[in-house]
Amino acid sequence: MTDTTVTDTKLPVTSQAAAASAADYFALLKPRVMTLVVFTGFAGLVVAPGHLHPVLALTAILCIAVGAGAAGAINMWYDRDIDAVMTRTRGRPLPQGRIEPDDALAFGVVLSVGAVLLMGLAVNWVAGALLALASAFYVFVYTIWLKRRTPQNIVIGGAAGAFPPMIGWAAVTGDVALSSVLLFLLIFMWTPPHFWALALFRSGDYQRAGVPMLPVVAGAAETKRQMLVYTLLLLPLAVAPWYVGLAGPVYLTGAVVLGSLFVACAIRVLCDRTDRSAKQMFGFSILYLFLLFALLIGERIVTQAFT
Amino acid sequence: MAAKPRDLAAAGDADSAAEVVRRRRLRGRNLAVAGVLLALVVLFYVITLVRMGGG
Repeated sequence: MTDTTVTDTKLPVTSQAAAASAADYFALLKPRVMTLVVFTGFAGLVVAPGHLHPVLALTAILCIAVGAGAAGAINMWYDRDIDAVMTRTRGRPLPQGRIEPDDALAFGVVLSVGAVLLMGLAVNWVAGALLALASAFYVFVYTIWLKRRTPQNIVIGGAAGAFPPMIGWAAVTGDVALSSVLLFLLIFMWTPPHFWALALFRSGDYQRAGVPMLPVVAGAAETKRQMLVYTLLLLPLAVAPWYVGLAGPVYLTGAVVLGSLFVACAIRVLCDRTDRSAKQMFGFSILYLFLLFALLIGERIVTQAFT
Repeated sequence: MAAKPRDLAAAGDADSAAEVVRRRRLRGRNLAVAGVLLALVVLFYVITLVRMGGG
């Protein structure tokens, strides 16, 4: 294990902080990440047995979105030193000095606590507790503990991003079931190949920032091998919702086809010495998860409409 | 050495332009906060109605 901290990074003067716009604060919520989080949370809400009033369902989705965004804001506050040296992140409001660090932290904490309280009071406390757990896991376990210490950071830390379907499920049923754990595991196993594909073509960035991502620590070849292993493990796991009766034949077909394509992407990455395949696999990994959950949602809605 | 009047005028223009941008952003932020607060009031009202109605 390595312990890395960037301490001597010169951050821009924060004289512009007073002029931070609403868009800067919105950027702190990592809206692009939030999209997938909201979508998978919505999937949990749709496929869970039972009924939730549409207003409460909307509230649950809002809480998941705000809770995830708030954790992202705290992550940006903590990582502002390494964000400043990475090409991908140096344009963020904190490294650019458009928002004061204290303001970003307060923004994240207030929204995080507010989202959990609203979820607990308006929907139920199991969903509220899961949202709190997901946020705490992302901030304390992933961001503060693992990210700068171990190449397994996104393997264990990936659990934080896997919670939304469980939270959506719990919003409807008030409990944690095997089916919701399966949806959690699906995202959990998807996260390493997704992030390592990014890390492969951004390894220089991570190396400069001192973040021990797998390609930096173990090299590209080992990363590619592990990516293939995870996509192979994901293949049967993605079929599991059909096996437990959570999804039907349309989902099953989609899961097999998409899973095979994901494995094919991993094999291409393994054979390719350039970054091209890794970039394509990163793009496909987002499409993969989106389509898989879209199939889950679509099939459930169609089934309910015709029964 | 004293600054030339033209330099001072240019610096003054730059300051006022920055101030205009700052004020515009601040107004945008205030409007956004007002919008969020209003939306929360409506949301809490509707949630209360739903919860009291057994939803």
